[in-house]
Amino acid sequence: MRITLEVNGSRHEVDVDPGRPLLSVLHEELELSGPKYGCGESECGACTVLIDGRSVHSCVTPVSAATNAAVTTIEGLAAPGGKLHALQEAFMQEDALQCGYCTAGMIMAAASLLNATPKPSRDEIVRAMDGNVCRCGTYPRIVRAIQRAAGELPEPVSPTFREVQP
Amino acid sequence: MTNSRREFLKVLGSGLAVAIVSRDAAAAVPNLSRAFGGAQPPHGSPTPTDEIAAWLHIATDNKVTVYTGKVEVGQGIRTSLAQEVAEELRVPTATVHMVMGDTDLTPYDMGTFGSMSTPRMGPQLREAAASARELFLDLAAARWKVPRESLITQLGEVYDATRRHRATFGELTAGRLLVEKVRDDAPLTPAADWKYAAGIAVDRVGARDIVTGKPHFPSDLRRPGMLYGKVLRAPSMGATLQSMDAGDAASVKGAVVVADGQFVGVAAPRTADAERALLGIRAQWKPAAGPLPDSRDVYDYLRRTPPAPAGGRGGEDGYNQARPVEKGNVAAALATAAHTLERSYTVAYIAHVPLEPRAAVAEWTHDAGGDRLTVWTGTQRPFGVKEELMRAFGLPDERVRVLMPDCGSGYGGKHTGECAVEVARLARAAKMPVKLVWTREEEFRWAYFRPAGVIDVKAGMTGDGTLTAWSFDNYNSGPAAIEPMYEIANQHVEYHPRESPLRQGSYRGLAATANHFAREMHVDELAHVAGLDPLAFRMRNLKNERLRAVFQAAADRFGWGKPRAEGHGVGIAGGFEKGGYIATAVELVVDRASGSVKLVRGVSAFDCGAIVNPGILRNQIEGAFIQGIGGALFEAIDFDHGVIRNAHLAQYRVPRFSDVPDIDVVLVDRKDEPSFGAGETPIFGVAPAIGAAIFDAAGIRVRSLPMARGGLKSS
Repeated sequence: MRITLEVNGSRHEVDVDPGRPLLSVLHEELELSGPKYGCGESECGACTVLIDGRSVHSCVTPVSAATNAAVTTIEGLAAPGGKLHALQEAFMQEDALQCGYCTAGMIMAAASLLNATPKPSRDEIVRAMDGNVCRCGTYPRIVRAIQRAAGELPEPVSPTFREVQP
Repeated sequence: MTNSRREFLKVLGSGLAVAIVSRDAAAAVPNLSRAFGGAQPPHGSPTPTDEIAAWLHIATDNKVTVYTGKVEVGQGIRTSLAQEVAEELRVPTATVHMVMGDTDLTPYDMGTFGSMSTPRMGPQLREAAASARELFLDLAAARWKVPRESLITQLGEVYDATRRHRATFGELTAGRLLVEKVRDDAPLTPAADWKYAAGIAVDRVGARDIVTGKPHFPSDLRRPGMLYGKVLRAPSMGATLQSMDAGDAASVKGAVVVADGQFVGVAAPRTADAERALLGIRAQWKPAAGPLPDSRDVYDYLRRTPPAPAGGRGGEDGYNQARPVEKGNVAAALATAAHTLERSYTVAYIAHVPLEPRAAVAEWTHDAGGDRLTVWTGTQRPFGVKEELMRAFGLPDERVRVLMPDCGSGYGGKHTGECAVEVARLARAAKMPVKLVWTREEEFRWAYFRPAGVIDVKAGMTGDGTLTAWSFDNYNSGPAAIEPMYEIANQHVEYHPRESPLRQGSYRGLAATANHFAREMHVDELAHVAGLDPLAFRMRNLKNERLRAVFQAAADRFGWGKPRAEGHGVGIAGGFEKGGYIATAVELVVDRASGSVKLVRGVSAFDCGAIVNPGILRNQIEGAFIQGIGGALFEAIDFDHGVIRNAHLAQYRVPRFSDVPDIDVVLVDRKDEPSFGAGETPIFGVAPAIGAAIFDAAGIRVRSLPMARGGLKSS
């Protein structure tokens, strides 16, 4: 079946089974690798993308659910000129990653949260993000990165020897 | 390196190349088998004849490139090793490019495991960079006919004090390629004097690509004409394929069915096509000869089953040679002790759950020399995977290349090349490049696990809490950090390898987590028997100054000994291994009705010598704490009849945002000590500290990991 998708501001015509997961179409038809496969069962959030600004797990979202809507993946989050989204900057500032495989999903889930709740409390962040797994365990840094992107933290102070005991 | 050295030097072009001759290849051999994921070391595998451990190249345009077989799996060595090179060369870290884990371009390396990159590769790269720096000074002194002592090197330039003479590193090589070995007289910069690149929290290399979603990981890779693979799996572990019929599979458009002995798989233009074709295959399987233990009776099985035969697949390290420790007379010391305590501890099989499952892309090419195989895959051992591919396809060394793009983590779980061999089979038959990404379920069922184990401990002490006797028997989980760090005159410590019913292998920290859990839980209970504070009890029996220092640092930051809220419990535990010293304290709440355990806060104090990058180090310590929560409280593999029963993330719980307490990290920077790794040791204190805090809060001693799966149960 021919389906028209709008992804990161571009229109794409694909000929696919309408029940096929959006993630599979993004990977294998549109050749976007930003959203990640982690479980295929909506348990880890690595595949998170935005549909009309709200996060979905693309591994269990049929591609037909993404028609007549704007799909945004991590590749399309920065401004057209290349200026990074506040979350992308904040994830780097807080070193909110280790291997980075969960990062795209984390940032997109956080973008959805900030779209709905520009100044989330810590509890709201934890509740909104609990469907996303970081196996490396960078959760505290991700919370800080989201707070930073929301303007809830003072200017960044990178860890230096001042924090190190002699 | 597959290419001859001559060919490799052609790749470099002009400039200065410094060869780092391996000093400790021989010293590393006893640990070799650890790397094989519980399997035997390959027999007849090519031994590394190449003694070069790494290359450092400085091009005429001053671009610095390091060629090392080490790989980046999230631990941060792409950044920290570059910092060490940059520091000795007096250049910014960003000018150092790391080529890692490419078997054609980088020298042989056993693998990235055992926290060895920082203590072994780091100093070798520093020596190479220091040698290059000194050589540039020699070249400049000769060219300008000035005293060498008058020269300064900074930011990739050499100049004299008057600045009359000035040249970049690249200019000094004058368009030639100079090839040098590391020299003995090149002074290394002491950590206390680091100021250009090392010892500071420089940004993680590659972070920008990750946050913008640029292709980065093995599973992101795409090749022209690439197909997608799927592999037919057995219904249970050890089952053998009796017969197969491709059935309807061949009718799926573009699908190629591959049957080769026990291997059956499909490659197709889309993953969905490959899945559909796989469903069309009819196969008959014969289950493995039983009976096998299940996850409920595996501990009895491990204690009672006969020892694994010599050379067999026993224990986490795949080798049986760990020797028992016998000191003094344990039986006599127990007989005369004022107090004795005898307990057993168990640890479950757990899964690594790397968020990127095993993934590989294979491509076959043909030239006058015959077939050539290139595989990109996520592995901690690219050279080990290359050997697996050479054996599987009967190819010589120079016809196989393995490249390791930075991958979606490992934690000791990606030492083996199953996925690489499978995808190479598919690509050979399909005559096209093929990608294979294991599903999460395949990763749970067909990778390997952290070994389960049983540990029996008997201890004796005097009336004032001085340990006098220690007997420690570990069945199956492994010998890592098995010896007590406490001063005890009479000791029996033994690791008993067993044939494991599940495939088992390395996991972050190996059995040090299990051994620290049993040891530190036992010590906590002994402290209560002696009527002493658990920290005071440890200090009474502990001489190691660096370990004492991290215990004190963690206790001070935590506020150990201060009153705590009603219903809250606190615990502390620690240890050392692989050059790192860790102490962890936690505070938690137990809900008595549901038995649920909620961590409130934690402190880890860690000393691994001179700190190369405090930012990445802190991140590693936090990550180890959080990963440790899973194994401590709820992670366990369920199995029976040779089948994993919880092979999905919905059934196998890993730590999430809501499980994480406030975590405070104290870095103890010992600039007077060599730098060691941090990927493993910081996880050891987490489980026993939580166990002690559960007892403190609820009066329940839980001696099995995980301790609170589905809520606390007294044991």
